[in-house]
Amino acid sequence: MTWIAQNLWLIPVLPLAAASVIAVNKQRQRKLAATLAIGSMVMAFLLSLCAFSAALLHRGGNGVFREAAGFNWFQFGGQWLQLGWVLDPLTAVMLVMVSFVSLLIFIFSVGYMAHDENFMRFFCFMSLFAAAMLGVVIANNLLLFFVCWEIVGLTSYLLIGFWYHKPSAAAAAKKAFITTRIGDLGLLLGMVWLYAETGTLNFYANGNGCLEHSALAGMLTHMTAAGMAVSTAIGLLIFLSAVGKSGQLPLHVWLPDAMEGPTPVSALIHAATMVAAGVFLVARVYPLMSVHPDGAAAETTALTVVTWIGALTAIFAASIAVAQTDIKRILAYSTVSQLGYMMLGLGVGGVAVGMFHLITHAFFKALLFLGSGSVIHGCHEEQDVRKMGGLKKFMPVTFATYAIGMLALAGFPLFFSGFWSKDEILHAAHGWPVSHIPFYLGCAGALLTAFYMTRQVALVFFGEYRSSGRESAHSSSKTDEHEKSAPTHVGGYEGKGEPHESPAVMTVPLVILAVFAVLLGFIGTPAWPWFDGFLKGEPVAFDFSRLTENSTLGLMLASAVIVFTGLGLGWWLYGKRQRKTVEEPDVLQVAQPYFFRLLENKYFVDEIYAATVIRFNAWAARACDFLDRWIWGGVVLLVTWVALGLSWLYRLTDEFVVNIGFDAGCETLREGGGEISKWHSGRVQTYLRVIGVALVVLVLFLIWERKS
Amino acid sequence: MTPLQGCLLVSALLFAIGLAGAVTRRNAILALVGIELMLNAANLNFIAFWRYGAHPEALTGMMVVIFSIAIAAAEAAVGLALIIAIYRHYRTVNLDEINNLKG
Repeated sequence: MTWIAQNLWLIPVLPLAAASVIAVNKQRQRKLAATLAIGSMVMAFLLSLCAFSAALLHRGGNGVFREAAGFNWFQFGGQWLQLGWVLDPLTAVMLVMVSFVSLLIFIFSVGYMAHDENFMRFFCFMSLFAAAMLGVVIANNLLLFFVCWEIVGLTSYLLIGFWYHKPSAAAAAKKAFITTRIGDLGLLLGMVWLYAETGTLNFYANGNGCLEHSALAGMLTHMTAAGMAVSTAIGLLIFLSAVGKSGQLPLHVWLPDAMEGPTPVSALIHAATMVAAGVFLVARVYPLMSVHPDGAAAETTALTVVTWIGALTAIFAASIAVAQTDIKRILAYSTVSQLGYMMLGLGVGGVAVGMFHLITHAFFKALLFLGSGSVIHGCHEEQDVRKMGGLKKFMPVTFATYAIGMLALAGFPLFFSGFWSKDEILHAAHGWPVSHIPFYLGCAGALLTAFYMTRQVALVFFGEYRSSGRESAHSSSKTDEHEKSAPTHVGGYEGKGEPHESPAVMTVPLVILAVFAVLLGFIGTPAWPWFDGFLKGEPVAFDFSRLTENSTLGLMLASAVIVFTGLGLGWWLYGKRQRKTVEEPDVLQVAQPYFFRLLENKYFVDEIYAATVIRFNAWAARACDFLDRWIWGGVVLLVTWVALGLSWLYRLTDEFVVNIGFDAGCETLREGGGEISKWHSGRVQTYLRVIGVALVVLVLFLIWERKS
Repeated sequence: MTPLQGCLLVSALLFAIGLAGAVTRRNAILALVGIELMLNAANLNFIAFWRYGAHPEALTGMMVVIFSIAIAAAEAAVGLALIIAIYRHYRTVNLDEINNLKG
């Protein structure tokens, strides 16, 4: 076993230690906090690179490189519960991605959070999050996975509610926590069931793990009541928690609200890593999801569900993103949509397809979020895209990197990573034998993605700056005046005027991420599917002929056409003719007011939940309250009354029967004692007299007895 | 009237006088004197029954009486000591006033 596989636990423990040290230090030591957090992330990143290279160098062997280690945690009954970690290509790739993106976002945060008074707390939570996320990645054990998974959920809650004095942030944190908790119930149930079936929670343990052949075969033969294999049922339960964490339909509602947190949090947690944990979970338990009897179709029920949920989420969220106006919310819905793509990729194409999109998405979405953070920072905490515009002039670095991220997300052909990963998903969906609908949904989603990203970039960076800082409340005529003579005038507003470029500590991570957003695509092109081979443990060679197989080239062309259509449509509607004022209605709103309203309100999902689940919940709570207050309360009250009546009765008996009798007894005793005590005069001679009289009486009695 | 009866009569008189003295006198010392009289009446009885009894040669009655007188001496000593102690405590030897044990 390699050294790094043995000591893989160091990677999550380092940020954890940093978090603990920061937590116990004083509020003001910003430098210490930042140094510790970033330093631990650098260490974790270097160790991740070691792990990655170990996985890379091992590729000559047969099968997938996999080394697991662990220890006993505690004993219950006759069994030991184990915790462990595993190093395989999936882990290695995720480790590098998570630690690298986290590192860049940490560095970015130093700039972004510079003025926040809770700087220490922020880095403490961020480090804790990184530790938990790395723990999720290395876990070789569903229990350790679950523990880290819950810590991830907790830090997500803490960080969304970081500005807890804002009611919306507090509500969003609560919403995220509760929504993901619904999903986590599935993971818990699945975990318990899995343990009951296989007797182990280890993923891989030299043939004894629950994801290895013997356990899977056992689960396949057992059937649940509905005629479903146990493996499918457990897989679906585990998928439920992935749905919650990765914001899939119908538990996606928390993710857009989670944008209430600081932007680096949105970038790290709600775009790049945490939400990817759900996808990673599905990839991790993929053997369980995909196990099928010999000879049967490879498309198992579990994977079919994953596919459909993913495809529906992809199109659903993408369509909502079209109508949003908050820069971060657009990206949030885009994230939901892209997570849908990943699920779709996992469902139709296997681990490599989904994971490839996860990795590329992590980079360009982190880039986009950090870019939006830079924009928000530069525009004095303004998040409404309608109030921006023309930022290209003020923030050239941000614009350039943002544009790269946007093109990667939209899937601009050939040079951007998003194109290759999305293309792979579409390709796999096209070859899916069950149904072609997910493929069409994916294509439509791709079109919408290109469209809404163009809309966003056009609104934010092109045209003219539409807002005069914070003073956007004045009348429209006055605004018009200013807009015509913008950007020269806006500077006059008391230091709150022109947007400015962010400092280097923020732009350098953007540039690095942008480079990766471009380059990463080339590890998974159809001609050289290195990533696929790496995960499967098979070496692949560069081969142009793959391009022509299985209509690959045709699909690439089709996808390119779709992307260009989306970009063109977006530019035609939003870029060519810029909106002039903040209040002006959206182009689509003019054309399709009702449909736009539906999208703007996110298909009223929140309202539907409010009307169904939440109302039901409130109703149930009221019913419980009623039961509590009147039924159980009544019973309790009745018992109380009975007890009160009885005690009243007791009191009466006590006072008027027992007490009087007792008092009388006492009185008699006392008087008797008094009487008798009179005999006890203390006069010795009286006693002697009595003795003498008694003696005489005794003598007389004796004489009398003798006589008779 | 036999000599025994005469002795018993004297002894009974002596006992009665002693009892009357012990019961009626207010002075503790005089009450003690009464008690001594009663004791001596008993001693007289012993002597009389021995002298006029079945075995006057055996000296048993004499022995008992000598013991009894010795005990009476000791008793008188204890009694007088008690009376002195009582006097020191109460500054009186009037038995009617020494009634602290009264209930």
